[in-house]
This record gives sequence, structure tokens and C-alpha cells, in this order.
Amino acid sequence: MSSARPLFRVASPIRRQATWADAVVVVGLAVLLYAGVRLALGAPAAIRGPEISLAPGTLPWYAGLSLLRMLAAYALSLLFTLPYGYLAARNRRAEHILLPLLDVLQSVPILSFLPVVLLSLTAVLPERLAVELAAIVLIFTSQAWNLTFAWYQSLTTIPKELREASAAFRFQPWLRLTTLELPFAALSLVWNSVMSWAGGWFFLMAAEIFSVGHRDFRLPGLGAYLQEAASQGDGWAIVRGVAALVFVIVLLDQLAWRPLLAWADRFKLEMLAGENPPTSWFLDALRKARLVAWARGAVWAPLLARLDAWLLTRLPSPTHLGEQSGAAARWGGRALGGAAALVLVYGGLRAVALLVTLPLAAWADIAGGLALTFLRVAAALVLALAWTVPLGVAIGSSPRLAAWVQPLVQIAASVPATALFPILLLGVTRLPGGINLAAVLLMLMGTQWYLLFNVIAGASAIPQDLKLTTALLRLSRWDRWRTLILPALLPFLVTGAITASGGAWNASVVAEHAEFGGRSLSTYGIGASIARATAAGDYAQLLAATLAMIVAVVLLNRLVWRRVYRYAEDRCRLE
Amino acid sequence: MAPTEELLTLDRVHQVYASGERPFFAIQDVTLALREGEFVTLVGPSGCGKSTLLRIITGLQRPSEGQVRYRGQVLRGINPHATIVFQTFALFPWLTVLENVDVALKARGLPPALRTARALDLLDRVGLDGFEGAYPRELSGGMRQKVGFARAMAVDPELLCLDEPFSALDVLSADALRGELLELWTAGKIPTRAILMVTHNIEEAVFMADRIVVMQKDPGRVVTELPVPLAHPRHRKAPAFLEMVDRVYATLAGQTQPEHVEMGSAPGEPGLKRALPDTTITDLAGFCEHVAAKPGDRADIYRLAEELRVDSDHLLRLTEAAELLGFATVTGGDIALTPLGETFAEAGILARKEICATRIRRLPLVRWLLAMLQATHEKRLERGVAQTALELDFPAEVATRQLEIIVNWGRYTELLAYDDTRDLFYLEPAGNASHLLAAGERTRGEP
Repeated sequence: MSSARPLFRVASPIRRQATWADAVVVVGLAVLLYAGVRLALGAPAAIRGPEISLAPGTLPWYAGLSLLRMLAAYALSLLFTLPYGYLAARNRRAEHILLPLLDVLQSVPILSFLPVVLLSLTAVLPERLAVELAAIVLIFTSQAWNLTFAWYQSLTTIPKELREASAAFRFQPWLRLTTLELPFAALSLVWNSVMSWAGGWFFLMAAEIFSVGHRDFRLPGLGAYLQEAASQGDGWAIVRGVAALVFVIVLLDQLAWRPLLAWADRFKLEMLAGENPPTSWFLDALRKARLVAWARGAVWAPLLARLDAWLLTRLPSPTHLGEQSGAAARWGGRALGGAAALVLVYGGLRAVALLVTLPLAAWADIAGGLALTFLRVAAALVLALAWTVPLGVAIGSSPRLAAWVQPLVQIAASVPATALFPILLLGVTRLPGGINLAAVLLMLMGTQWYLLFNVIAGASAIPQDLKLTTALLRLSRWDRWRTLILPALLPFLVTGAITASGGAWNASVVAEHAEFGGRSLSTYGIGASIARATAAGDYAQLLAATLAMIVAVVLLNRLVWRRVYRYAEDRCRLE
Repeated sequence: MAPTEELLTLDRVHQVYASGERPFFAIQDVTLALREGEFVTLVGPSGCGKSTLLRIITGLQRPSEGQVRYRGQVLRGINPHATIVFQTFALFPWLTVLENVDVALKARGLPPALRTARALDLLDRVGLDGFEGAYPRELSGGMRQKVGFARAMAVDPELLCLDEPFSALDVLSADALRGELLELWTAGKIPTRAILMVTHNIEEAVFMADRIVVMQKDPGRVVTELPVPLAHPRHRKAPAFLEMVDRVYATLAGQTQPEHVEMGSAPGEPGLKRALPDTTITDLAGFCEHVAAKPGDRADIYRLAEELRVDSDHLLRLTEAAELLGFATVTGGDIALTPLGETFAEAGILARKEICATRIRRLPLVRWLLAMLQATHEKRLERGVAQTALELDFPAEVATRQLEIIVNWGRYTELLAYDDTRDLFYLEPAGNASHLLAAGERTRGEP
């Protein structure tokens, strides 16, 4: 890991005004949650977790299971992404619904859905299957949105003349997809896949260790292994588990992501050759290998040609630019819209009916929990800023320092914070503050890297001539920070902080309530409310707390972050 | 004329787009015929709809009204007999030169073996032998455009449409490529039956075309068609050639009208609105100085293009600005400075500002904005308000650009100022810039 590539590239929030559609989407989520809660009424009161063995020989097996879950979720994400983005980009009417949906889903704390999904699935499916499925669904919901958004954005930003060329030469849909749309999106899709996987590990670990009261939802995997090891206080098992996790992540990076990134570099649109294109030893080796060359020539290429020929004749040549929807389609759309509206209104009313059964005290409890969790998130952000800004600026403005710190930082960042949470608990439960401190630390661990990488990117993007100018003007250190470094950093800081705060809210669900060493550790907060409601089977409380968290985070994004982001982008972006 | 001769016919074509409350004509009532064996160019200022017309002809865009007929058949969708060469080449950067040509044949459903042979032959013909495996980013602009031509020829088009194909190239490559295209065309080495080229380079149009269709903007329309009765190869210095170039310039630059016609009317008033030409006062000053250095303070407009090294589009915007501010008059392709223009050309910086201020103040658009500013309580106006008002008379993007021009001219003459942080126009208090710094401090203090 050498070059200064950022590990996380954060998809920019959509520069879209909030509309009524956002409200509809939130109501839709409420209805969905309500349906989940209804299903969950049948959930078994006690769920037995798996036996986790700490023997070293079991590690490959656990690692394989974790990896399989990730793969399944990623495949699901891709399957979802391609048609969804296509529809949103191609159909004006669909765009009006699909974009706000994507926008809200991107900013919702996904982990808050976990309890509802777990409970509702265990009610209708065999327990082990339900828990597996819940984990995959959870990872899917954490991966799909930014991939979909990247694909949608690529589709809508294809240069006009390339679109016109493919129309003027009458490309069939299949040809257009393979020669124009997929290549154009490739780089962004690969980058976002890397990001999605990094996020996915976080959620996988959270899902694997989730357990409340008599309901043990744990899954056999690396996360559960680490948790069990910490729970039993087995130091060597902890070391083995962390090593295995780091090994799997580094292996994936070397054998999958780096080769993919190096390969996708050819899909850059720039007409100039890049300065230092990404490289991969594995891809180079593959390219040199005879066996691979033979397989490509003898198997892959003919197969591709056959598929091409078949699909080209299958899908007819277009005669018009853009689609026209007939009257039938229009009426169909209206009928669908009407049905959806009915479901929303009915479900919304039922959800409200369930919510009003909650006593006022419960609402006060939720509000207090929200406030406390908010304070924790803020504390984690401030702590993260306090150390990432100085270090990030130092790394970003000194290539020598970057050369040896960057790889360390990248390995440290690649370990999902949730995997380390049990170990953290082991360390801090005896300290004053206990789980409270652990919660803030977990949020910090989950969020600091986003900030650090953004700060490094921002600092290295400050033009040399501006730095020289501040030196020539003999500005004091403080003036230099005030007039150059902080403003130049602001867009990057804000981008990092938005992602970081999203991560921190997510973390609250697993951070504020934990089953550890045979006992429950809990503090006061919205995440703890959700966990306690799950344990007690208090479904009204569960729905209320989950909804409250979602609405709070969406509002925070809409009312605060989006404005700050716009301000930073408009005023401080160095072009 | 025999009906078989006519390849393409535009019959009363309109392109209308609604912006806000009223429709705007990108193209108004264009009727045009293209015959076999013809090389026709469309010239006109930017915004006259010539590129839109090209897209309508190829079927990339559907006209709001009117018919496009190809060999007598009404055109629906993409014209299968036409193809385009793009200004920006529109090559797929991830495909090699060979693959870029190949893909056009693939879309036509040719089998792989035939495709490769044909693509190689085409690349050979445009002189790209040996570059088959290169990626577009490795080629020079001229070579990229050769790939563009090869790809267009690959589908044996009857009608070849060129959208400013040489304007993104350097002078030498453009010259070479023009010559090569003409050679292929005049010697009949390609199966193409007619060529239609959009350009804003008037000399290029006269050099290549059999017929020049001259368009004007606001609304986009055809004003005249000029046949070019010169035999190939043409010589750029030949008197007949220069006379032709002069004629096209004369048609495009028009005739200076009485002031009220030239200026148009203010927003909200009846009458034709005139958009301000997109140019800076500094450029205009340089232009006037250049004309003032000529004997008799007058010049042939077409000669100025070469002398000032600006393209015809920019040159015409400059003459328009000079006319509008009363610095020059245009007749029959000649421009002559007025006494005011001479004074302006010879004045120092401050005097120039004065002269410009008095002239710009009289422009209906500026007068209108100043009056609105005066009427407000604090002598300031939100940009959005002005934009909305202007959108009644101009399409949205044009309105935005017009406000930008007004800000630019207003700042130069100190007639009005603009605060970019708060999107606010305000009146410049005489000779006092300290409030600007104060405003800067204030905005910096905000989060």
C-alpha cells in the first residue's frame, strides 16, 4: 500500500432541495418498520446463539463464513444497483420517486433497522436462517445505496457527445451498455465497491455480535469469535482473531480491489495519460501468466463474442432517442401510485395507532435518549477532529511523512471498529464511566478514519503557490491556519464529518448496550432504548425509538449538514 | 428541379422550448433543401441554432413542428443514411483506434471477420496505418479527428454531417485535414452523396462549400443562402475568394440601424428585446484601438479576423458591441469608428470608464436594472428577482448570461456593484470602496 490514495472516498451528498417526496419516503420507512414490528409479534421469546469455539483451527472456517456473507450481500447489491440506477436515470417519472428514496436511505442509520429485521425474520423463518438472512440484508442496505447512486450519477453524466455518437451510430441497448455506460461508470463503481466493503465489514461485525437479553442473535464468524474471546478474556484468541481479520481484509485488497482499480484505470475519461496510475502486482502477474492468456483466448473471448452476438440480435435497434410512454403505461403508473398511496396511508395510520399506546413517559425517555446520544456523537466528532486535523495536515503536506505513516493508517483503518468493540469493553469496563466511555470510544473508532483521510486529501490539495505566498507574506502560524489551511480544508472536513456522524449514529445501536461476559452493560441513550425494547419485546417502544432515531438523523442531515456542506463547497472549494 | 435530386428537405421546421411562461424559438420556420452532390455549410453566430438544426437533420432531436424528409420519406427517429463527425471527436476513450471504428460496424450487425478488414481499410485510407492499437489519448487532436472521420465513413453514409469538425484542432492539423477531406470528396473516393457542415469559421465555409446557408439568432433562422461559384482547389488569397468572405461577413454583421432599433426595448416594455453581446469592455477597447490605427478609422471586417487572431464569432460580437455603444457603424462588411469611438480608442483608463458609463447607462437592459435598484429602499436587489424578470424575455440560460455581462460591464464602469456572497446587486456609492472590505469581513465572520 504505497500511493496516497484515500481509502474512503465519500459520495457527495446530493445537491438536491428537500421536497415533499422526502416526507413520503420517511412515512414509507415508518410503514415498513411497522410491518416488521407486526411480524415480530410472533418472534420467539428466547433465541439460542451458536456455540463459538476459540480453537485456532476454527478460524479459517469462521473467516470463510464472514466472507461468504459479505459476498452474498455484495452480489445482491450489484443486482439491485444496475436496474434501479438505470430506471432512475432513464425514466423521468421514476426519477422523482427513486432519487429521494435513495437520498433518505443513504442518510438513515442502517443499524437501527437490525433489531426489527432480526425479530420479524425470526418470527417467520427458522432461527438460524433468519439470522443469516438478516445479516445479509443489513450489509446489503449498507452497501447498495452508494453503489446505486454512483451508477445513477455516472449514467446521468455521460458526456452529451458520447451519447449522441452512440445514438447516431444506432447502438443497440446491449452495445450501448457494454461500450458506453458500463465502461463510463466502471471507475466509480469500483471505487464505491471498495467503500461499500469497508462499510460492510462494520455492519457484518455488528450483526455477528448482536445479542440482547434472552435473544442471542450472534452468528458464527470472525466478529463472534472476537467477542467470545474478549468475553472469556482470552488474550491469545483476541490476537489470533484480529490477525485473521486483518489478513482477510489485506488479502482482499491485494487480490481483488487493487487489481480491479488498476484495471479500471483505463476507463478514465481524461484524454491525458494519468501521472501515477494505480498499479497491482497481482494484475501484472495475471497478465503475464500463460494459463490466463490461454483461458482468455480460448474460453473467455469466444464466449463473450457468442453472448454479444446473441444479445445484439435479441435487443432491437432503437429508433428514437429517449422513451415515450404510452397512455396505457401512464394509467398503469397512476394505478400503481394510487395503490402505493393507499398502503402508505393505511400503514401510516396503523403505525400511529400503535405509537399512541405508548405512555408519555416513554416518549420523554426517547427524547432524553436522543439528546444523550447526540452529545456522544458530538463528543466523538470533536475528539476525532482534535487529533485528525493536525496529523492529517502534517501527513498531507509532507510526502516523506506520508510515505511511512499512510500504510500504517490504512491497515489500522481497515479493521472494522465493531470488531474491536468487545476488546474495548474488556479494557474499559473497570474504568469510571464504563460502557459510557466505551460507547464514545467506539463511535470515535468508527468515525476518525473518515475524517483523517479527508483531511489528508484536503491538505495535499492545497496548491503549493498559495503556501509559498503565505510564507512570503510572513503570516503568523495562526494567520496561516485562518486564511489558508482551514478554509481550504473546510469542504473536505465537512464531507468527512457528514460520513463520520452517520457512522457514529449507527454505532450507537451496538455501543450503548452490550452483552458481555455473561452480563448486560447498558447506558442511557437512543441506541440503548432500541436494544432494551428488542430484549423486552416491547414493540411499540421499538418502533418509536427506531423511528425517532431515523427522523432525527434525517432532519440533522437536512437542516444542518446539507447547509454546511453547500456553504463549504460554494465558498471554499479550491478549483 | 427533378425530385430524385433532392436528398434532404426541411419543411417549415420550428424548434420551440418553453422556459417559464413563454416559448422561445431556438429555430424558427426553416425551410431548406439539400441536393445530391452538394457541400453545404451552415454559418451564423453562436446561439443561432445551427447545431440544433444538424441534430434535427440526423434525427437526434425531433423538431417541435415541421417535417424532415429524406429522399421524400418523412424522417422518424435516427436517420439511418446520415452520420455525424463531432467537434469534440466523441471517441470512446477506453477503446483502441481500431475498436472505435469497429464498434460502428458492430452496431450495423456485420460479422467480426468482415468488420476488422473493413475497419483496417478505412484507417488506412485516412492515413492512420500503424495506429490501430493506440488509444485516443495517445493521439494528437488531428489524428483523433481522423478516427472520427474513419468511423463516420465506416457506415457508408449518404449524408455526412460535420459539427464544427476542425474548430478543436490546431491551425496546421485543421488545414491538413480540410485538404484531405476535400480531396476525398471532390475525387469521389467516398460513397457520400452530400456533406452538411456547421461552422463558425467563415473562411473555412467559403473554402469548402458549394453553398453557404447564413443563419441569425434571436430567433434562430435562415437569413439567406449564398452560392459559392468558385472552382476547387480554391486559393485563400484570390480576389474572388476574399470578395466572397467579405460578402458573408457583410451579411452576418448587417447594417447599423437607428439607435432605438439597435438597442431594442427594455424588459417589460413592448418591442423587440436585444441581448447584450458577450464580450468584455477591455476586449472592446483593444478592438477600437486596432481599428483607430487604420487609415480613415475604418476597416474590412473580414480582414480583422486574421489580424486580431480571433474567430469570426468573437469578431462579430465585438462589432456588435461597438455598434451598440455607438463607437462604430457597420455598412456592407466595413466597420468605421464614430467620433465617439475615436475618442474612446485614444482615451486613458479613467476617461474610457466615463465614456463607457454614459453609453452603457442608456442601454435598455442596464437602464431597467438601474431603475429597479433606485426604486428599492436600500438600493440593492436580489439577483433572483432580476433573473425572474429577465426570464420573461429571454430563455433561462441567456438571462443568466445577460446578468453576468451586466455585472461585468457595470463593475468596469462603476455604475453598479455585485456582492457574490449574497447574490445582491447594489448601487456603487461614489468613489468609496471601504464598504466592500467591510462586507468581506462580515461574511468571513459567518460560519
